[in-house]
Amino acid sequence: MASNEPNVSSPRQGAPGFIHDWSAERRVFNVPWGKAMMWLFILSDVFIFACFLVGYMVLRMSTVEPWPDASEVFALTIAGQSIPLLLIAIMTFILISSSGTMALAVKYGYANDRRKTAVLLLITALLGASFVGMQAFEWAILIGEGVRPWENPWGAAQFGAVFFLITGFHGTHVTIGVIFIVIMAVKVMRGSLDGQRPGFLTGRKGNYGMVESLGLYWHFVDLVWVFIFAFFYLW
Amino acid sequence: MAEHGQHSVQHAAAGEFDNMELVHPKTFLGKYVWSQDAKVIAIQYGVTAIAIGLVALVLSILMRLQLGFPNTFSLIDPASYLQYVTMHGMIMVVYLLTALFLGAFGNYLIPLMCGARDMAFPYLNMLSYWFYLAAVLILMASFFVPGGATGAGWTLYPPQAISPGTPGIDGGILLMFASLSVFIAGFTMGGLNYVVTVLQARTRGMTLMRLPLTIWGIFMATVMALLAFPALLVAILMMLCDMLLGTSFFMPEMLNLGEPSAHEGGSPLLYQHLFWFFGHPEVYIVALPAFGIVSDILATHARKNIFGYRMMVWAIIIIAVLSFVVWAHHMFISGMNPYFGFLFATTTLIIAVPTAIKVYNWVLTLWRGNIRMTVPMLFAIGFIFTFVNGGLSGLFLGNVTVDVPLADTYFVVGHFHMVMAVAPVLVVFGAIYHWYPKITGRMLDDTLGKIHFWVTFLGTYAIFYPMHFMGFAGVPRRYYGYGETSYIPDSMQALNAFMSVAAIIVALVQLVFFYNLVRSYFHGREAGPNPWQATTLEWQTEHTPPRHGNFGAELPVVYRWAYDYGVPGAKHDFLPQNMPPEAVEADDTVPGRRS
Repeated sequence: MASNEPNVSSPRQGAPGFIHDWSAERRVFNVPWGKAMMWLFILSDVFIFACFLVGYMVLRMSTVEPWPDASEVFALTIAGQSIPLLLIAIMTFILISSSGTMALAVKYGYANDRRKTAVLLLITALLGASFVGMQAFEWAILIGEGVRPWENPWGAAQFGAVFFLITGFHGTHVTIGVIFIVIMAVKVMRGSLDGQRPGFLTGRKGNYGMVESLGLYWHFVDLVWVFIFAFFYLW
Repeated sequence: MAEHGQHSVQHAAAGEFDNMELVHPKTFLGKYVWSQDAKVIAIQYGVTAIAIGLVALVLSILMRLQLGFPNTFSLIDPASYLQYVTMHGMIMVVYLLTALFLGAFGNYLIPLMCGARDMAFPYLNMLSYWFYLAAVLILMASFFVPGGATGAGWTLYPPQAISPGTPGIDGGILLMFASLSVFIAGFTMGGLNYVVTVLQARTRGMTLMRLPLTIWGIFMATVMALLAFPALLVAILMMLCDMLLGTSFFMPEMLNLGEPSAHEGGSPLLYQHLFWFFGHPEVYIVALPAFGIVSDILATHARKNIFGYRMMVWAIIIIAVLSFVVWAHHMFISGMNPYFGFLFATTTLIIAVPTAIKVYNWVLTLWRGNIRMTVPMLFAIGFIFTFVNGGLSGLFLGNVTVDVPLADTYFVVGHFHMVMAVAPVLVVFGAIYHWYPKITGRMLDDTLGKIHFWVTFLGTYAIFYPMHFMGFAGVPRRYYGYGETSYIPDSMQALNAFMSVAAIIVALVQLVFFYNLVRSYFHGREAGPNPWQATTLEWQTEHTPPRHGNFGAELPVVYRWAYDYGVPGAKHDFLPQNMPPEAVEADDTVPGRRS
């Protein structure tokens, strides 16, 4: 083993470790291929969201019309009281909690605890689905108040356009994540990952690294939400 | 949690080096159509890209016919002329060159040159090709919808791209958006594969600094594409909303043929920034693989190591980084803040430094080399000339004050055709002549190849050199006809006719190339495993053409860089990368030398 295996793990930290990794043979990062690919995909996706948010900033700063006030637009009226940002606070709390359950699912996955992993994945999917549901609820309120992609009652027409496009794009990410988490939960429950059963489409063996890669995607979607939250609701 | 993760990682790592799960298909369909073998996918990519490229070539000939002989061909009206301009540009840049360099050459060469059995994710790789094919078919469909393909110019600038009066605003522009989105999705799948394979799946001994420059070029271009295409995707989605939902991302309030539009307050300038944040890196996405391939062809056929390998690698990396901060030099006359112009002119001119380093190193590689004037070598040397010419006119356009009078004239057309059309296409041809023996096991015919080279090389100069003079004379680009334009001298029409004839000759000589490809496949000379006596791993495979899995029972082990040509003291003038030091035979005929 020792003579055939390359020295893949970097013993050094900081700059010497960095140089060691990048000048090594065979691989740069000491991670499975699937995880490396997910990191790269996330990097590419970061550029998509960055372009969206920069576009939003440009439009918001260049418009001559007043921009709708976030604390009024996104307020919920409960028992006659207008409470700003209530719904969005709950949504954000739910989404960030789902990151916690996802991380636990990864932990129990590597511990080969099938039942706990599957249950935690399902809880994550449920939290994600309720986030999307509440987003739909918020969209419904705004549409009821007359917000359209091309106009709104309070000011710059771009408000509706960027809001629906960017939150919609993020919501699509969450929805796709929920679908994949449910599929993964079924795989875990059936024992496909322990048994290294070949995948339905790819024909390649499953392993618990897949849960971790999916988790990376999920954490990324949550992190992007923090930025969208800051730029839309707090600005 | 960390220790669980660590344990699993080690476990997975041990299995990944040479236990790739290759799906060996048994049926014809599985082997050649739904194939997961990177080499088959590469050929699928290549054939599709060249087929669509031929469509774009025909479009360019139609444009030249109109420009050279105005009002002679009744089938070309002003609207269809604009559609030809648009589709020619978009196809050539995205669907031909990007797909060919990354999809075809990337797929074929990355696993072979890195010493991997296949791409890291073969299934995703297959999907990438089928997405690309779908994108191409959607784009072709746009010719046949009512109103025809879009005529907005390949930059698709709003507001005109989706405003009445522009050809193809019904179905054409929609299909263009759809096709580009599918292309980007498919490219992302392929691109992730290429990057992961280069970073994570190299063979033993293959460090990054031993990679052939071809792989460096393709690798950095792929990284750039993964970061640049998102901007295009976002721009497309926003314009799609402007078109279908009535939003105003890019559409200002304006009068359309006397009617007020339904839009207000959008920023066309935002689109231009997003587009060129993609568009400028795209230039280098096409150029970097060409840089890499040409370096390998020059070293192999000059029997000399590439001059300044480390410098070449760093130049590729620096060009890749800088190309993300120069995009606004395409927008000097767009009405952006003039102070931006100075910033972007500066970064643009800085890019000339690493690029010039590369050119010097190519020339110095040839210096006192044992040059074999093979067909790939001819194309590589032709590339150096063409690239220098195109690069020098880029210095004119990179300066704000010089760019302002030259913008949107034929000078620009001449510049970018030299630097990013002719130069990369010469490399494409050179690469096909260079690797065809490995792909098919047979050599291409030399005489036909030389005819192809000289007519193509000299012909493209006949087409694109006069464009620079036309640009100085102020002839604007993208015009269907000039009529009685007083400031354009009559001699420009004679020049146009000359260029059109040259273009037709260059297009026709490509038939020689295709004839050569087909004939040599059946009747070409047997190539053997390593006809060029090259050092890189793809020439050291057990079988020619390589079978699924690329290498035999054992993956090769790499002991040296890719450029051990003419090593002093060694008996042979090249040492393959996988030749162990103890196998190097000493040259006994030279006294006083030993290995």
